[in-house]
Amino acid sequence: MTATRTILLGRTADGLFWMARHIERAEAMARLIDAGLHMALTRGAAEANWRSVLDSAGMAGAFAARHGEAEGEPDPAAAIDFLLRDPDNPSSVSNALTQGRTNARMVRTALSRDAWEAVNEAWRRVSADLARPVPEANLPAVLARVKQATALIRGMVENTILRTPGFQFMRLGLHLERADTTARILDVKYYHLLPSSSWVGSALDQTQWDSLLRSVSAHKAYKWLYDADISAANTADFLILNPRMPRSLAFCHAEISAALDQLARDCGARPPCHDEADAIRRMLTERDIDEVFEEGLHEFLVGFLADNARLAAGIARDYRFTE
Amino acid sequence: MTAFDEMMAGDGTRPPYAEFHRWLSGQPDDLLVTKSSDAEEVFRRTGITFAVYGEEQATERLIPFDILPRILSAAEWARLAAGIEQRVRAINSFLHDIYHRQEIIRAGIVPLDLIATNDAFLPQMIGLTPPGGIYTHIVGTDIVRTAENEFQVLEDNCRTPSGVSYMLENRETMMQLFPELFIQNRVEPIEDYPKHLRRSLAAARPQRTTDHPTVAVLTPGVNNSAYYEHAFLADQMGVQLVEGRDLRVVDGHVAMRTIEGYRRIDVLYRRIDDDYLDPLSFRPDSVLGVPGIMDVYRAGKITIANAPGTGVADDKAVYSYMPDIIRFYTGDAPILSNIPTMRCSEPDTLAHVLDRLDELVVKEVHGSGGYGMLVGPAASSAERAAFAEKLKARPANYIAQPTLALSTCPVLTKAGLAPRHVDLRPFALVGDGIRIVPGGLTRVALKPGSLVVNSSQGGGTKDTWVLRDGPGGTATAAASAPGIRFPAPQQPDFPDPAAAPAPPSQTEAGQ
Repeated sequence: MTATRTILLGRTADGLFWMARHIERAEAMARLIDAGLHMALTRGAAEANWRSVLDSAGMAGAFAARHGEAEGEPDPAAAIDFLLRDPDNPSSVSNALTQGRTNARMVRTALSRDAWEAVNEAWRRVSADLARPVPEANLPAVLARVKQATALIRGMVENTILRTPGFQFMRLGLHLERADTTARILDVKYYHLLPSSSWVGSALDQTQWDSLLRSVSAHKAYKWLYDADISAANTADFLILNPRMPRSLAFCHAEISAALDQLARDCGARPPCHDEADAIRRMLTERDIDEVFEEGLHEFLVGFLADNARLAAGIARDYRFTE
Repeated sequence: MTAFDEMMAGDGTRPPYAEFHRWLSGQPDDLLVTKSSDAEEVFRRTGITFAVYGEEQATERLIPFDILPRILSAAEWARLAAGIEQRVRAINSFLHDIYHRQEIIRAGIVPLDLIATNDAFLPQMIGLTPPGGIYTHIVGTDIVRTAENEFQVLEDNCRTPSGVSYMLENRETMMQLFPELFIQNRVEPIEDYPKHLRRSLAAARPQRTTDHPTVAVLTPGVNNSAYYEHAFLADQMGVQLVEGRDLRVVDGHVAMRTIEGYRRIDVLYRRIDDDYLDPLSFRPDSVLGVPGIMDVYRAGKITIANAPGTGVADDKAVYSYMPDIIRFYTGDAPILSNIPTMRCSEPDTLAHVLDRLDELVVKEVHGSGGYGMLVGPAASSAERAAFAEKLKARPANYIAQPTLALSTCPVLTKAGLAPRHVDLRPFALVGDGIRIVPGGLTRVALKPGSLVVNSSQGGGTKDTWVLRDGPGGTATAAASAPGIRFPAPQQPDFPDPAAAPAPPSQTEAGQ
């Protein structure tokens, strides 16, 4: 007997897509805080650059709106609390996880019991950890638990969910979010943090770059692949074009293309968002990093973020996430 | 008022509890406490929680679960099941009659007013026969016990009875916590409920649909307090869980929006109220339902379970006529009795009720969830005085019943075991025949002396066992009989380990 073809509601596809995005966002936020903390530990609290962490998270504006515009370095405890658990910050670790879990609850029937329980447990444990401000001494342990809890979710999804279209939407959400995060972090470091554009390509503040790589958990891998000294061109190459780096734009878009190809096979149709994905993929595979720099890294990244957002909207449209 | 205790009768243990009680007496003191917190952890991990309206999401609640099972003998259950089946048949006949020729009114058995003034009566249903002639597909019958052989029906829930997921999860949790108990006692399994539910719903499909109709569960959404149950049932049946915003009428059928376009639905198990079902026919502001679904229904192209307008049968004023209704449609005397019910709409009765408010339980005719009721003996004189005013203002809105000494079962409290009042809600499924899984949801009033078992009023739940036939239904008694439940593994089913190649091992580094 052949199994009947599975039906996937558009709303369920939407829920799975956003569940994966929110959970990836919670993890990315935890990594950014971790990198900020490392900077503070290696450079001393006085020089710690929480402003740059807020910038990388795309949260400088929201933070200012919450705590008032101020010159110079923000209060570390306030910055950490804002990124970790502020209810007014929609992308705080605690809000991202809560939204991930709300989406998971909505699509409960499309998840395996193991996957659902991993999401629910992550939310329960992290909510308990974040119920009140986290003292700095506990921060490394709390951040480690966030990373472990989100990794467990990915593992359960990977190991227990059928490769029906629902799975592909989680894969799409995760990699679109991840590519988005990497592009933002890179853009902030290059464009916003350098005193002037003449610094691009020059000998740079090693700590900044170490921190950048650390925030994507790639500071060791980098050293294996490139020179021990961190250069702007190599870092950009690593995080944008390297197909082996699991947080690079090229890697994420290879996954996105694979997920879309599988959807096209499952559904027997190839709606327009597939062409949009192909165009982004070509942009990431058919040029080298020198060409990217010629175009202007900032312009390239801004263009990429817009394309990425357009692709997400295209997927939502073509696969009927909403009416 | 001394209540009948279901475990202890006088100095002895009642037979259905014999084996369990023996086991219980041999357990260390703190075991139940530990197991109880294990159970709570299972419920939280699984997410069997509900959000409390108006509170933050982090304050999700559990319905308290008591880990001591409530146990019924096979004979007790046989009588309950027969009584429920009779009642469910009569209710479906009554509903068909009410929306067609109204013979029961012509015969003078129930007054016209009872229907004409009933808010749950839907004129849109007049003359419409649902697929298979079935009105109420899923019925929850609330039953209370007052003595060894006294079971009485407290309420019929014919609209969208809830709680069946707790029945199933309670059993699942008990089997995880106390596997040995299920080896010692021969407990009727209930795990087939979702399979029976799907089969019943499929059997009630519209004519001219295929043999494999598309079934879906309609939920108001994640914020509904019963959302867990909606998701659970859809998941267990392997059908889509849909919301109003997923649905629309396409080419004369109700269809759901999938990633590949609209797909038709044949049977909709809806867990939203009649009022919200179709903004074109009922509440125009409803966003939970499907505009135009009633037209599709009238055209016979979708089954709605339960049918709209079934609430007319579970109203508490109609309840008072249920013994007559059963006699009228089945020709037999009711197997399960009603609780004597006084209709306050009758002036003499009203005076009598007002006179004896301190002895009676007074309920709103359309109330549910334990709201809007007065338990006379437990209320203060100020509460009774306030209630009397409401009663005088709208007498037809109330019925009164004697305060019953509901049976008790032991529960685990901080101070050890203590008796608490219980009721029972078995679930009947109507499709190609009537199916009732053995047992149901036992609800327990956790406050000492309280008679209100509703979860919204501090009630909890218990696993409910129906023992299989045999003295005490225990495995000890059955061990000599053939067919022990866990047969020893038979050789051919287990291949010789030597026959399979060993898994490869890692070669040593450097080789």
